[in-house]
Amino acid sequence: MLKKITIAAGLIGLATSVTGGSATAQVKVGAVLSASGPASFLGDPERKTLDMYVEDINSKGGINGQKLQLVVYDDGGDANAARTFATRLVEEDKIAAMVGGTTTGTTLAMIPVFEDAQIPFISLAGAVQIIEPVHKWVFKTPHTDRMACEKVFDDLKRRKLTTVALISGTDAFGKSMRDQCLAVAPKAGITIAHEETYGPADSDMTPQLIKIKATPGIQAVVCAGFGQGPAIVTRNYRQLGIEYPLYQSHGVASKQFISLAGAAANGVRLPAAALLLANKLPDSDRQKSVVVGYQNTFENKTGQPVSTFGGHAYDGLMILVDAAKRAGSFDSGKLRDEIERTKGYVGTGGVVTMSPSDHLGLDLSAFRLLEIKDGDWIMIPDSAS
Amino acid sequence: MLAEADRFRLLQHHRLFPLIPLAVIIVVLPLLFPSAYYYRVAALVFIFAIAALGLNLLMGFAGQVSLGHAGFMGVGAYAVAIGPSRLGIAPLLAFALGAACSAVLAFVVGRPILRLKGHYLAVATLGFGVLLTIVFTNEAKWTGGPDGMPVQQIIIINWTVHRIGTWYWILAASFLLSAVIALNLIDSPTGRALRAIHDSERAARVLGIEVAQKKLAVFVISAVYASVAGSFFALINGYVTPDASSFLRSIELVAMVVLGGMGSIVGSVVGSAVLVILPQALTVFHEYEHAILGLTLMAVMIFLRRGIVPSLSAALGGTYK
Amino acid sequence: MDYDSGFRLVNSLVSSSNGLAHQVGVLFDRRRAPAAMAEFLQFTFSGLTVGAVYALVAVGFTLIYNASDVVNFAQGEFVMLGGMVTVFLGYAGVPMPLAAAIAVLITTAVGLALYRLGIAPAHDASTVTMIIITIGASIFLRGVAEIIFDKRFHSLPALFGSDPIRVGGASILPQSVVVLASALLIVCLLCAFIDRTLYGKAVIATSANRMAATLVGINTRTIVGACFAISAAIGAVAGVLVTPITLTSYNVGTLLALKGFAAVMLGGIGNAMGAVVGGVLLGLFEAFAAGYLSASYKDAVAFVVILAVLFAMPQGLVGKTTVERV
Repeated sequence: MLKKITIAAGLIGLATSVTGGSATAQVKVGAVLSASGPASFLGDPERKTLDMYVEDINSKGGINGQKLQLVVYDDGGDANAARTFATRLVEEDKIAAMVGGTTTGTTLAMIPVFEDAQIPFISLAGAVQIIEPVHKWVFKTPHTDRMACEKVFDDLKRRKLTTVALISGTDAFGKSMRDQCLAVAPKAGITIAHEETYGPADSDMTPQLIKIKATPGIQAVVCAGFGQGPAIVTRNYRQLGIEYPLYQSHGVASKQFISLAGAAANGVRLPAAALLLANKLPDSDRQKSVVVGYQNTFENKTGQPVSTFGGHAYDGLMILVDAAKRAGSFDSGKLRDEIERTKGYVGTGGVVTMSPSDHLGLDLSAFRLLEIKDGDWIMIPDSAS
Repeated sequence: MLAEADRFRLLQHHRLFPLIPLAVIIVVLPLLFPSAYYYRVAALVFIFAIAALGLNLLMGFAGQVSLGHAGFMGVGAYAVAIGPSRLGIAPLLAFALGAACSAVLAFVVGRPILRLKGHYLAVATLGFGVLLTIVFTNEAKWTGGPDGMPVQQIIIINWTVHRIGTWYWILAASFLLSAVIALNLIDSPTGRALRAIHDSERAARVLGIEVAQKKLAVFVISAVYASVAGSFFALINGYVTPDASSFLRSIELVAMVVLGGMGSIVGSVVGSAVLVILPQALTVFHEYEHAILGLTLMAVMIFLRRGIVPSLSAALGGTYK
Repeated sequence: MDYDSGFRLVNSLVSSSNGLAHQVGVLFDRRRAPAAMAEFLQFTFSGLTVGAVYALVAVGFTLIYNASDVVNFAQGEFVMLGGMVTVFLGYAGVPMPLAAAIAVLITTAVGLALYRLGIAPAHDASTVTMIIITIGASIFLRGVAEIIFDKRFHSLPALFGSDPIRVGGASILPQSVVVLASALLIVCLLCAFIDRTLYGKAVIATSANRMAATLVGINTRTIVGACFAISAAIGAVAGVLVTPITLTSYNVGTLLALKGFAAVMLGGIGNAMGAVVGGVLLGLFEAFAAGYLSASYKDAVAFVVILAVLFAMPQGLVGKTTVERV
């Protein structure tokens, strides 16, 4: 008998120990991020960014006279954990809004929770399905993978390279971008003549690349992936002595790619947010002050090179805060309406103008085309080639 | 004309007795729940308890090992996702079909795999689980690929099972039902044969027990348990990703069995509760979650080899099922 | 339900085997032979590069298994530690050779600690328990690495530069040659150690019969501990040599351990040369699968190999059939 009571008491004790913090006058903003696990390359800078900027906002007095309390949970890239934490944020922590959802899988798993609870959710994931079809309470800050494809195809067309090969990672990011590229290629006038894939943990892509090399008529290669894959593809590309141009995707995200790919990265082009250019932007560029400010803060605080994924988190937080200022309160309904009314907001990813049918607010001009030269980025203006 | 004490002692030995305190807790617990979040955590505990129960039959009673059991959870989860959306099958039917598929898969794969022992068996099951995950990740036309796919809700004559409170009761009932089945199985001739096999396969064979057949039977049963748990998992989340069948999930299941107590039904719930609730309770330490999980596995296997429930019950003086 | 999916499966099987036959046929077509030959050579080089990594991991597995009957799932983490510690010491300003040496030392200490704290206390446990302990150790080491290091991926400078060596239209990195040569060298050194020295004989004795070895005065705990330490050192050296090619991050260990184990199964568990053969073969299988069949299922190759070997040939290619005594 005693042992059963002990076990029961233990379970109840565990259950009640999970109770969240006490209610305060602070406004709670929730974040479910993948700061650990396979997507930690994306989630870690996101978390660091949210932490440092909420602290910064609070030190300046908060918003509408209220301080923000950031409630962060780490889902480890697992959609089930994300969903549980989302429920927790809504039911226990009673957040006013959420900025998070590092990957598409975790975002899609959490959307029903926020739609049901009617709490605005700004996602940090890339796939176009998050905002298409439009969910009333769901927004996102990163450019879609479709836009990345379109930007790359635009440049390819300008350079008169219309027959390309595609090599993509089999992870969610690579696969999603591959699907989008295949979908928009015909309209863009590009023929994808050959396709290869690689595993995100693979260390040698020469088999795939030599098959591409052996395919006649290829004029350029587009690589869609994130993490170490693109760096290895780039090295292997030069190792095999392939002459035609290589394009990477926005999954490359940070200067670390250049140091890892080494000299092989010269001449590689990719679509990226202005954040990667930062100081190199002309002074007249609207985004310059925002991106330089973010880059300096991030690099000083963390000692790591800035990452566009962290930039998306910055944009998400700032759009939320901006909307709260305009709404004058943190009421979920008013917040949502003001987020939807964001116009001309200058972020690290671009200039954001949302609408009831567009919960992203970026167009193709938000993506800059970069080329790697001598260990650094240079921008290819839209008119040149 | 039995005295009260005698009647109680007889009742204690009834095979289903261990479930009574469990049932009491299940009924009383919701009174303590401040919000829907707790229902969700409890629901997840039941889901993994069902899977852990199945694995416990295989590992604790029959003495085999499976490092790929989450693969069967994946089969159940994707069955419930693919059935309605790609094949037009009603969700309940898809549920049953998922369990059937798991059973067939276990039957086909089990025969060669169960001939192996020790680390060969461990690695073969590991390989099997990982292969399933790779298939789920790559066959995007069916499974939605690495991003996963949404799962339709169950609709029983106009009523959509949606609220987490409803799921709590459904899952609690399902868990109790599976525990009843397991307890009956353990006390049956098959169960006794399994325990004999656990102690010594050779001796069991000498006694006339069809070792291969019985091992296969328990493998199939445990696969069905895992599949049912996986289907519930997908339904409660409304979404499924290839993570449902990953190697890490399989290790979590093994950890639940090992932690709770191999060969203990109540241990399956305890193990599941610990592994579901602890990450929620220790979110501050989420950075350390993997380190803690690894350390716990090692510590339990070294010091508390029989698991929490059997060790506790031995310490408190008594045997426990 | 339509037959479409079954049809498509058969279709893709037929077309891949057609593709394979086509490729083989092209080799004999004089006009396209050079390109096909270059492809074949490249697949071989890629397979050898990756295979050498697996071989080194497999050798580490084998040593520990021989000494203590334990399959050490944490072997991959030793490789990870070797690479990551070197990288971070390099960032801190330590010159490369010294950083590598320190990394190997640290990893050796970790291996020893794993034995002393994780394996030795559970010396009488069943095989399954041991497996769970080493899996727990691997998860623990990975969790600690995640905290101590960071979540990005890193590289090391190659020993002989990164200009590839071109052979017959294909190219191989000098570092790959280094890794291959090191694998062979390490195996030879290991064999020499086991066969020629007294300590090596003690290892053989311990692995043959623990009790008897203790009875003749061998301190089996020291011997097994030493084997863990050597295995960790081999893993760390592998990590340092391999990082210039494969890059490293806190979570490379898991997959490496699984592939290394597949290599051991293929070559025959308990046999060091078999481990190298198994590793190289596995790398080649993967490269050819990626080249001639489908790259999506490349990872599946390792696991299919494990299952196939376990079902058909449990003793592996080089191993001997064991007979179990009642």
